[in-house]
Amino acid sequence: MNDFLTVEGLPRAELTSLLDLSDEFVEVLARPIPKVPALRGRTVAMLFFEPSTRTRMSFERAAKALSADTMSFSPGTSSLSKGESLKDTALTIKAMGADALVVRHASTGAPWRIAEWTGLPVLNGGDGAHQHPTQALLDALTIRQHFGNLEGLQVAIVGDIRHSRVARSNIAAFSTLGATVTLVAPKTLLPVDLAGWPVHTAAAIDEVLDSDVIYLLRIQKERGGASVLPSLPEYVSRFGLTWDRFARMSSDSVVMHPGPMNRGVEIAPEVADHPRSLVEPQVANGVAVRMAVLFRLLGGEADDV
Amino acid sequence: MFLGDPVPSVMGSEDIGRAIRRMAHEIVERNEGADDLILVGIHTRGVPLARRLAQVIGEIEATTVPVGTLDIGLYRDDISQRPTTALAQTRIPVDISGRAVVLVDDVLFTGRTIRAALDALIDMGRPRVVQLAALVDRGHRQLPIRADFVGKNLPTSATERVWVHLTEIDGADGVAIEEGP
Repeated sequence: MNDFLTVEGLPRAELTSLLDLSDEFVEVLARPIPKVPALRGRTVAMLFFEPSTRTRMSFERAAKALSADTMSFSPGTSSLSKGESLKDTALTIKAMGADALVVRHASTGAPWRIAEWTGLPVLNGGDGAHQHPTQALLDALTIRQHFGNLEGLQVAIVGDIRHSRVARSNIAAFSTLGATVTLVAPKTLLPVDLAGWPVHTAAAIDEVLDSDVIYLLRIQKERGGASVLPSLPEYVSRFGLTWDRFARMSSDSVVMHPGPMNRGVEIAPEVADHPRSLVEPQVANGVAVRMAVLFRLLGGEADDV
Repeated sequence: MFLGDPVPSVMGSEDIGRAIRRMAHEIVERNEGADDLILVGIHTRGVPLARRLAQVIGEIEATTVPVGTLDIGLYRDDISQRPTTALAQTRIPVDISGRAVVLVDDVLFTGRTIRAALDALIDMGRPRVVQLAALVDRGHRQLPIRADFVGKNLPTSATERVWVHLTEIDGADGVAIEEGP
């Protein structure tokens, strides 16, 4: 594996092997000293051309827990505002001695281009509405920790599917791992064409309350998600996970959300804080899966020692 | 490449059994019992060896000796020279602080694995003492490390390979030397 750009097309064995590796980093993060020397002397550069709190901090934490050094970049304070091209920015950071790049960009495909230009291992930290592969890994790990396996699980993904790279990545990962995925959204928030997607659809959240996992997505105002809705109260009435609806779900089921949450819109506050909400484990697992991917891309193993 | 192949076998199943029983007695003698003992097997073949030693020590002392497992993949000094594989499980069932830890490995060679294992252990706590048990010591150390308990000292040339096979992993017990290239 030279890059980690997408989960689409990743075979089940590869996904499972990354999740197994992540389990070992969950163990490392639980140690009194949650740090290992595996990537000492390596430098990971964070190129976030789009705002991010949790993904960026999670990658930084992951890199540092592996003893790698990190360099950061944010578009507002960089030479991008002086008109430097994406390519020149990437090559400049390579010349400074970065060993791997974590790239988030509003444009689909930007991480692929940067991988071509630099020849460095690139980790996709989210590109447009396209892919967010480490999110899919951390969600799959969280579900696996809870249920033991994704095989045969019913997973409903509810909300703004059209603008969601999280949905695209999770659909691929969950279905490869054997879960059945149902998308629930107003027609205006579904992709125009679902042909070839390994999913079912439902028109209201009430139809999927028997799922093992309800995965809620944020209405993405910055990608135009709110403008295609008649009103937020109407959205809540058909798609919001209210306390009343949560009470009708099985006591073995769980609720997930990639964050940041709009409490009171897609998820009721008391549902978000319930023990069957896996939002906090999701965030904690994010560090472990990013350690796994960084180690897979930058680490190595020798024979006779 | 083993039992049945034309390589000299240097230990058979009974030899390994006897060596383990002797090492178990030595561990008990050195530690004046097994009260605060934990055996930590280094993946891959250190793990079944640690379990066998713990079994025998448990019989000698009429107690249960905890066994941990350790993968030193995150502590190697030669990372990036080879493609990665998965990490095996690291599980230490008790707090090692204040305890006597016996690291267990199949073959002691350069000492680099043990160096990595020591670093890993020290990140997990502060053992009272760390000792090393190896089924085979084949020499050629590259670091100032020695074993406290050795099943068999096996003079080798640096280019030879030493194969340890254990029933739990390989289906049969045996130790053999393969000629170098």
